[in-house]
Amino acid sequence: MLRNVLLALMCVFFVVAPRAGFALEVDVSGGRINPLPIAITPFLTGEGAEEAGATLNEVIANNLNRSGYFTTLPQESFIEQISDFNQEPRFADWRQVQAKALVTGQVYVEGGKLRVEFKLFDVNSQQQIAAQQFTTSAKNMRRIGHLTSDAIYKALTGIDGYFDTRVVFVDESGPKDRRIKKLAIMDQDGFNVRALTDGREIVVTPRFSPNSQEITFMAIGEGTPRVYLYNIETQQREIVGEFANMSFAPRYSPDGQRVIMSLLTADGRNSNIYEMDLRSRELRQLTNTPAINTGPSYSPDGGQITFESDRGGAQQIYVMNADGSGQNRISFGNGRYSTPVWSPDGKYIAFTKQASGRFSIGVMQPDGSGERILTEGFHNEGPTWAPNGRVLMFFRDSQGENGGPQLFSVDITGYNEQQVPTPGFSSDPAWSPRLN
Amino acid sequence: MMGRMAGFKIAVACCCFLALAACSKKNTPDLGADGGVGQAAPGSIREFELVVGDRIYFVVDQSDLTPEGTEILTKQAAWLQQYSNVMIQVEGHSDERGTREYNIALSARRATATREFLIAQGVNPKRISSIAYGKERPAALCDAEQCWTQNRRAVTVITSGAS
Repeated sequence: MLRNVLLALMCVFFVVAPRAGFALEVDVSGGRINPLPIAITPFLTGEGAEEAGATLNEVIANNLNRSGYFTTLPQESFIEQISDFNQEPRFADWRQVQAKALVTGQVYVEGGKLRVEFKLFDVNSQQQIAAQQFTTSAKNMRRIGHLTSDAIYKALTGIDGYFDTRVVFVDESGPKDRRIKKLAIMDQDGFNVRALTDGREIVVTPRFSPNSQEITFMAIGEGTPRVYLYNIETQQREIVGEFANMSFAPRYSPDGQRVIMSLLTADGRNSNIYEMDLRSRELRQLTNTPAINTGPSYSPDGGQITFESDRGGAQQIYVMNADGSGQNRISFGNGRYSTPVWSPDGKYIAFTKQASGRFSIGVMQPDGSGERILTEGFHNEGPTWAPNGRVLMFFRDSQGENGGPQLFSVDITGYNEQQVPTPGFSSDPAWSPRLN
Repeated sequence: MMGRMAGFKIAVACCCFLALAACSKKNTPDLGADGGVGQAAPGSIREFELVVGDRIYFVVDQSDLTPEGTEILTKQAAWLQQYSNVMIQVEGHSDERGTREYNIALSARRATATREFLIAQGVNPKRISSIAYGKERPAALCDAEQCWTQNRRAVTVITSGAS
């Protein structure tokens, strides 16, 4: 809903030059990333648009630098000072400062709204390779910065960007034995943080619906701990089924029509995975073993589900068909594997691994092959994928009585680990799909 | 930027208030100047916590009752038989060395094992509710086995019928 309102405010034109023969692509296929030097010139601003210009520059530079695929050149090093948006840049000057790509832009007030324009150039070929124009209100400026960042990222890497996205997470405050845990939402860069619950109940494991408008989570408060749905726009909340026993570990299906979750068995000893159709409220049992079966996550085509189970004695990752048939263990390494999450492109399953008292985040292929650890330490847990499948976010708990969890992101190569800024301690991040 | 900071300050103010509210009803016994174990009145919450013992501990990743655990639960059951108006909730907990969803399920197993033992000892099932907290409410705060041992627990909390 929010998405539609915002898009209605904006006129978007997208222009990309023919890609044939275009050689400027960041190599993101191999292991190590060699960041591409990019010059982002100060946006030219009309009267009343100065703050918007500064915001755009800051948002775009921050996004591109944090991605690890780009390094923005210091503005002090620039030889040419752009003074006319429509004039051809002096490419020789930009070659001299080692810029491979160049961004120019302007923002000015027009009819009570702000008009934002930018251009992206390949310095070597002297070609304009992307340009966009937006008309919107000042409060959307960070979002325009994210959309611009996505356009630059896509034009230079060939991969969809992930900057115009949000993260839902759990905001933690107070002492460790009486933690207040609120459902919270923010932009992927840590801005616009907003609490969605009041902290009277313990909120855990929030997950986005595929349209980014709803969140499913578990809350431990008065009564039986249960899975809930929350609509971000209307702030309405509902229970997913009045089950006699606890429900937990929810996640949406890729079409948003169903939620899969664990239900505690009637004898209180085991947990099995169930699927609920959100329209008919029909419940279907998918696992039936005397074990803890939890952490279910659909493949992007909805045909399969990965989950964790201790049916073999300790937590391991399994894959089954969406109807519950064909349950097969896929993790066989040394240690315990849990919190499996299927990547948006279907190629990988991310997980938490516990071995030798250490907690790692890793990825493997859905057949269990090609296991790769991305980050390892005292306590890393709960990976979530950026919608382009290139970046993962997770939380890392720090030791000590006054320690607490923080959010981090890491490239799928295992490089470029970055802390995600949040107001306080934070855990259980879930990355939204692309908003636009 | 300003809006974000202002929002954060408001959030901090709310948290402080809630933290204070939580302090006033913490369930660990407070041995103040006015009394030790000996002064716990018969049938009181204090007696249950300090004389009977309100909690039992579990082995890593296990929900089987230990011999020490069954000994305490036997005493709990006898006390509960004596004070038959008392209602209880069994809280299951795990240590922090596990993943969140699994620990919720594991702590549910611990609460169930505890509840079932009390029922087998003759306590009316209707008097016992249970809840799983996973790793969300550690009792001891350090990053060593000495604390994790105290956090893998089931706590019998009196919800009504005793003061």
